[in-house]
Amino acid sequence: MDEISAGFIRAIQLIVTLDPQVVEITARSLSISLTSVFIASLIDIPIGGIIQFHNFRGKRALINLIQTFYSLPTVTVGLLVFLLLSRSGPLGSLGLLFSPEGMIIGQTILITPIMIGLTISALGGVSVQIKETAMSLGATDLQVIFTILKEAKAAVIAAILLGFGRALSEVGVAMMIGGNIRGYTRVLTTAISLETSMGDLELSMALGIILISISLAVNLLLNRIQGR
Amino acid sequence: MALIEIKGLYKSFGKSEILNDINLDMEEGKVMALIGPTGSGKTTLLRHIDTLDQPTRGSIFFHGEDICRLSSKEKFLVRRRMAMVFQKPVMFNRSVYENVSYGLKVRSKENSRDDVLHTLEEVGLTGYESRSATTLSGGEMQRIALARAMVIKPEVLLLDEPTANLDQKSASAIDDLIERLAHGGTTVIIASHNMTECRRLANRFAILVNGKITRTGRPNDIQLDRGQYIGFLESIDPSDKT
Amino acid sequence: MEGKVLKISMLLLALAVLCTAVGVADNSRLKIATTTSLYDTGLLDFLQGKYEDKYNASVSIVSGGTGIAIQYGQRGDVDLLMIHDKARELKFVQDGDGLQRRCIAYNYFVIVGPKNDPAGIKGMNATQALKIIMEKGKADPNNVKFVSRGDNSGTQAREQLLWKNAGYNYSKINNSGPWYIDAGSGMGATLLMTNEKSAYTLSDTGTYMAYRGNLSLVPLIEGGNDLLNVYVAIAINPKKHPGVNCEAANQFINYLVSAEGQKLIADYGKDKYGQPLFFPAAGNCDKIGCSSAECAVPTNASCAAA
Repeated sequence: MDEISAGFIRAIQLIVTLDPQVVEITARSLSISLTSVFIASLIDIPIGGIIQFHNFRGKRALINLIQTFYSLPTVTVGLLVFLLLSRSGPLGSLGLLFSPEGMIIGQTILITPIMIGLTISALGGVSVQIKETAMSLGATDLQVIFTILKEAKAAVIAAILLGFGRALSEVGVAMMIGGNIRGYTRVLTTAISLETSMGDLELSMALGIILISISLAVNLLLNRIQGR
Repeated sequence: MALIEIKGLYKSFGKSEILNDINLDMEEGKVMALIGPTGSGKTTLLRHIDTLDQPTRGSIFFHGEDICRLSSKEKFLVRRRMAMVFQKPVMFNRSVYENVSYGLKVRSKENSRDDVLHTLEEVGLTGYESRSATTLSGGEMQRIALARAMVIKPEVLLLDEPTANLDQKSASAIDDLIERLAHGGTTVIIASHNMTECRRLANRFAILVNGKITRTGRPNDIQLDRGQYIGFLESIDPSDKT
Repeated sequence: MEGKVLKISMLLLALAVLCTAVGVADNSRLKIATTTSLYDTGLLDFLQGKYEDKYNASVSIVSGGTGIAIQYGQRGDVDLLMIHDKARELKFVQDGDGLQRRCIAYNYFVIVGPKNDPAGIKGMNATQALKIIMEKGKADPNNVKFVSRGDNSGTQAREQLLWKNAGYNYSKINNSGPWYIDAGSGMGATLLMTNEKSAYTLSDTGTYMAYRGNLSLVPLIEGGNDLLNVYVAIAINPKKHPGVNCEAANQFINYLVSAEGQKLIADYGKDKYGQPLFFPAAGNCDKIGCSSAECAVPTNASCAAA
């Protein structure tokens, strides 16, 4: 248990002295996960909107499937994307394995079920009357969707922040696709994993505290936006 | 030819028949009052005219065109020429100004600040522009909903119990407003069970009971037979003693 | 409003692209797959630093068990393997996946265990020791335990070979009782687990020494031919796996076998641990069973894809 308090002290040391390795790893974690959630938002929020606002056979089954994938094991997604990006796989010629770009693709895929599913929930939470009010005031289908999105803004932002949190704190994809390469694809989670398996529990704890602090900051941001 | 002609309109939902053989004409620039108890189909009828619902059978002719047979794009264009105020309206989670200007914005007519403020004045809510619409009282929301519809200057204004949540004085002021709109050429279809309002505003009325029109006429027709009239109304809405 | 959303999105996208431009998929990087036993000693990070400075190059090192390293090689996902399992190395080259074996360095495996040596194996040879551990472990699993890597690694392969030499069918060893613990971990993690459980395990000396500060385990069986641990580098064959960076791989191998490289390897760890963690292959070729063609000499395989 001393590792926890030692970890706190080490964490503060690393942060205050702006330890270059830790800064580099943290910056990379943020950059990769932010990019992933950004790309995922651009793709998944519209898809969520389209699914929510159209009725088709199997819609219920599709939504169930999406929700089942919320808790896909990250290692499994990592393995699947690995097979996809490996030189001997279908997208091998792109040379994306063991690179930050590959990690972004992997994380984007990982968080897609949550992003689509929570967007659907967020939009479903908006009163039907909003849709009809918008329609009766002359909005086009696209304008109606945007209006509903705006009404569901807080819930959609929550979905985005949740997606970011999942991307930031996952290990399976980062490890399998990135390879935890020092100075190139090592991120907070894979570094924690490595330091733990190497026995430097204090450093591991410190990195963990930094990771938790970021998640905390993200959650405070979430509360502020929703509190509006 | 009337502006709106409803012919043989039926709407069933599962086993229940919500609208049963509705035949009704509405003249341009006139006010038609739909009178009837809750559940009689008034709201459904208004929704059908606004192209929000599709009938099981029958037609609604607008400018001679059957709007029930149009494609969704064409329906959309018809809808843009009308505006509807729902019973217990919902506000967008934005300012009063943004709510009222919504219809203008979706039509890309954004620079009409004066129009918006003027309309707010007309519904008696001057100075409310920056307030959050979701924090208003029911009566205030009702008036915002009306302002939202009015500001786009629709050809047809569909009102579902527009003064239901208002006190006597405000209701009267709103009725003044509706009267002015009608005189200005707007065709108004108002569903109401406020008899004072109907008698005052309507050029014609139609009584709806259980999805069927039982009687139509002019308010003046009814007044000749006041005793019978009140008795008749009591049978459909015992609470209304006006 | 849609216009504003679009503008903000474009801004954020530009920002994100800028951020990741810092780490653009760099195909001139040399990708090396190696084993945790080698990586966890820190030798490769050390050599990487020297190599990158000297040649102004970039090197990516991915570590896992020998099993996954070979997989990466067979898939053409890396340019170079650094592993320590002769049987699999030979097969790798024979199958055409690798160009040539080059012996780089060696040390020994060691059987480590608790200071009080409950099974009393000190002084025996490796196969004898394992046999005793098994017998005593079956009889008294609370006091005598063995932790296996269980991860298809080079160390695991050696452990299995030792069991075979002792006359046992390995499949009968695994699952034969609570005395045998299948860790499924890398070398460092396995050592930590062994320490935790006061058990015995087979480790390479390099990793053991690097972790010694965290362990109360002591080396009990050291040295001897059956514990020899030879590290080999193999470049991936571009004829079978087009797209691999063969020139960079060969350049790295040649650096390792150069006088400078061999000296760096020989000196690594001396100041920190008081003794070196590795011995250079150069000058020790006979001892470690590497032919002169393969031992600490530059590569002469062509990188031509045809």
